[in-house]
Amino acid sequence: MQFWIIQGLNSLSLGGLLFLLSSGFSLIFGLMRLANLTHGAFFMLGTYFAATALRSFDGLNIWVTAIGAGIVVAALGGLFERLVLTRLKTNPLGQVLVTLGMSFIISDACLMIWGGDSIPVPTPQNLQAPTRLFGFVFPTYRLVLVGLAIVAAIALYFLIERTRLGAMIRAGVDDRQMARAVGIPVSNLFTIVFCLGAGIAGAAGVLGGPILSAYPGLDADMLPLALIVVILGGIGSLLGAFVGSFVIGFIYTFGTALFPELAYIILFLPMIVVIAFRPQGLFGRVGA
Amino acid sequence: MKWIGAALLGGSLLLPPFLAGDFYINLASQILIAAIFALSLNLLVGFGGMTSLGHASYLGVAAYLSALLTSRYGFGHGTAALISISGTVATAAFFGVIALRATGLGFLMITLALSQVLWGLAYRMSNVTNGDNGITGLTRPAPFGISLDSPVAFYWFALIVTTVAFLMMMVFVSSAFGSSLKGVRDQSRRMAALGFNPWLIRWITFIYAGFWGGVAGLLYVYYHKYIHPSSLSTTSSAEALLGVIAGGSGTLGGPAVGAALVLLLKNYASAYVERWNMLLGLVFLFIVLVMPAGIVPGVTRLMAALRGETR
Repeated sequence: MQFWIIQGLNSLSLGGLLFLLSSGFSLIFGLMRLANLTHGAFFMLGTYFAATALRSFDGLNIWVTAIGAGIVVAALGGLFERLVLTRLKTNPLGQVLVTLGMSFIISDACLMIWGGDSIPVPTPQNLQAPTRLFGFVFPTYRLVLVGLAIVAAIALYFLIERTRLGAMIRAGVDDRQMARAVGIPVSNLFTIVFCLGAGIAGAAGVLGGPILSAYPGLDADMLPLALIVVILGGIGSLLGAFVGSFVIGFIYTFGTALFPELAYIILFLPMIVVIAFRPQGLFGRVGA
Repeated sequence: MKWIGAALLGGSLLLPPFLAGDFYINLASQILIAAIFALSLNLLVGFGGMTSLGHASYLGVAAYLSALLTSRYGFGHGTAALISISGTVATAAFFGVIALRATGLGFLMITLALSQVLWGLAYRMSNVTNGDNGITGLTRPAPFGISLDSPVAFYWFALIVTTVAFLMMMVFVSSAFGSSLKGVRDQSRRMAALGFNPWLIRWITFIYAGFWGGVAGLLYVYYHKYIHPSSLSTTSSAEALLGVIAGGSGTLGGPAVGAALVLLLKNYASAYVERWNMLLGLVFLFIVLVMPAGIVPGVTRLMAALRGETR
C-alpha cells in the first residue's frame, strides 16, 4: 500500500512539473504557432542555475531562486524572440529550426560550464522532514510541489480568462489578423507570452531540481514528455496541458516503477490512442 | 550545362580510391552514407512538404536490428539485412500511420516524440541494446565473397549502393506518383478534389523514405562496425535535416551536397573544438537566417544571374 501511495505522489509531483513545462509550451504554440523546441533547454537552465545558486549560497531560499531563475530565463527567451524569431515571422519551419539550434547551443553550453556529471540540487531544509498523513509517510517537498503546480494552474487560468492581457492573448490565438486590425499589439504579445513561457519553464527547472537533479541530457528527457503532454491534451489548451500532464505523470512514474524497460513504450500508447481517435488532442479545437 | 555539371560531379566520385589515402577514402564513404540518408529525408521534407524531426529512427532501427541479428543471434549478413530492412519498413509504416494524422508542426512534433521514444528505448533497455555502451565487435558483410574490410572495397560498395539509391529516388520523384506528391504538398485539397488520396500518397512516401533511411542505417553500421543510442538521437535527425535545408530542400542533388558539407564540417571542426553540438546549433541559426533557400539554389541563382549578364 505504501508503494502505491508513494508512487501516486511521485506521479502527481512529476505531473505538476510537466504542467509547468508544458503550459508555457502550449501557450506559445497557441498564440505564435511555434513549436518551441528550446523549452526543454530552458527547463534545464533553471535546474543548473538552482544547482549552482543553492550550493554556493547557504541559506538561499529555493523559492527566491525559482523566481530569480524564472526572470533570467525569461529575459533570455525575450532576447531570443526579439532578435531571432521576429525575423522569421513568415517562415514557421525556419522558426522551429532555430529553436532547435538554440536548444543545441544551450545544452552544449551547460555541458561546457557544468561538466558531464550530475549535480544534485539540495531539498530545502525545512521541507526535508517527511509528513505523516493518515498513517502514511510522504516526502514533504513533493506535496508542496503538487500544491504549487495547482496554484500556478489557477493563476494562469485567471491570467488568461480574467485579465485584459489574457483577453488580448485569447483574441490573438483565435484570429491574429483581426486582433491586429482592432489595435491589439500582437507582436508585443508574442514577446510577452514567449517570456512568460520561458520564465515558467526556468522556474519549473529550479523546482524540479531536488527531484531530478541537474545532468546533461535533462532537456532531451523533458522535452519529449512535454511534447507528448501537449499532443495528448491538445495543442494550445491550458486545460489539456493540465490533464495531459497528470496523465503522463502517472503513466511514466508507474511505468518506470513496474516495467522499467518498457516505460518508454507505455508512455506512447496513450498518445497513439488519442491521435487515432482525436487527432486534435483531448481538449484541442479543430482548426485551432 | 546542368548535365555537364552533374556528370562532372558524378565522375569525381570515381576518383577517391585512386587519388586519396585511407583517411579520405573513409571520409568519402561516410559522406556517401550521409548523402543517402539526407536524400531519403528530402523525399519527405522537400517533395512531400512533411518536415520530420525523427528520421534517425529508421537509420537506428535498421542498424540496431542488423547489429543484434548478426552479433547475438548468429544470422548471416544477407538474411539479417533483409530482416532489418523489413523491420525498418514496418516501423516506418506504423509511425507513418500515427504521424500523418497531423500535418505541419503537429507532424514534426509527433515524429520527434516517436524518435525520442526509440532513443530512450535504446538507452534504457540495456539487456537487449547494451545501453550506453553500444554494440561493439560487429563485422562487415562480404557480398559474393568480396571482403569489404579495406577502405577502398567499402567505398566501391557504398558508391554502388548510393548510385542505385540516387537513381531510384530520382525515378520516384520524376514519376507520375512523384508529381502527385508535389501536388499534395502544394495543394492537398485540390488534389483530393481531383480524386487523389493525399493521405495514401503521403503514407507511401513516408514508407519509401523510411526504406532508404534503413539502407543508410545498414551502411552506417557496416561502416562503423559499432552502434550507439546517439545515432537515434535528435542530433542525428537534426544533422540530416540541416543537410537537406543547407543543400536546398526539394532539389534532387542538393541534400547530398548539404549532407557532405555537414559531415566535413563535423569532421574538421571536431579536430579543433569539442563543441560539435554548439557549432551545429550556430550553423542552424546561420543557414535559416542567412540562406533559407539553401546553398545549391543560392549558387544556381547566382550562376543564372551571371549568365544573364554575359548574354
